[in-house]
Amino acid sequence: MAEFSTSTKDAGDINVIYLNGYLDAHTAPVLENTFSDLIDKRKYSIVVNFKNLAYISSAGLGVFMAFIEKIRENSGDIKLADMSDKVYNIFDLLGFPLLYEIFKSEEDAIKKFNEIK
Amino acid sequence: MRSSNLKTENKKLKEKELSVKSKTNNLSIIRDFICNAATEIGFPSEVIDNIILAVDEACTNIIKHAYKSYPEGEITVKLKYADKKFTIIIIDHGTPFKPETVPDPNLQTYYRQHRIGGLGMYLMKSLMDEVKYVSVPGKYNRVLLSKNLNTSP
Repeated sequence: MAEFSTSTKDAGDINVIYLNGYLDAHTAPVLENTFSDLIDKRKYSIVVNFKNLAYISSAGLGVFMAFIEKIRENSGDIKLADMSDKVYNIFDLLGFPLLYEIFKSEEDAIKKFNEIK
Repeated sequence: MRSSNLKTENKKLKEKELSVKSKTNNLSIIRDFICNAATEIGFPSEVIDNIILAVDEACTNIIKHAYKSYPEGEITVKLKYADKKFTIIIIDHGTPFKPETVPDPNLQTYYRQHRIGGLGMYLMKSLMDEVKYVSVPGKYNRVLLSKNLNTSP
């Protein structure tokens, strides 16, 4: 069975979610819970680090769609970082770069959050 | 000359079949099955990734929509390779599906309406050479996906 897990890092006002493994219809609820927990704690500035994500299907992409509006209503954002070309190509095919800022590195994404303040 | 070509192809996959229950934890089994067959045929790795994703999307749609997450439905995946064409046929016995009722996604609309489904069908059409649906109500639904060995990813 495909494995997927997340871990988070509290970097002050900004929280980083690290994705690990295979994100599909089976494992998408794990990421939904991670987002829900952060939102419950009123953490709305979120960077998602894709470095260790091996696979994503549309069920995984849907998780980002499910939370983005609520987060932006609270003056936050989801910024995406450190994607493999394989994962980026799928985001690109579905037009996600129009809706989400995608950065080469986690540091760049965090920097962008800090610039706004 | 022709016969030696045929011989090489015969050594490769001709037909294979996998049946699993309609549970999302079986998606990884289906992906591995597709990965092994596509690798055996000799597709480049980026094409293999695309085929795996397209089949995952088709099966995810079957689990969520045809079987409405009922976990005891049957999904059968049949593989064929002939004339440099890899064909994947996926059969279920759930609710019939009318592909013509699914519009291409508009991401801005999805964003506004909180809609998170419907992207899978668009991916399948984008990633494969051919996507065909046949439903025989009360009997079966069949999705056919194909990819030619020599086309671009």
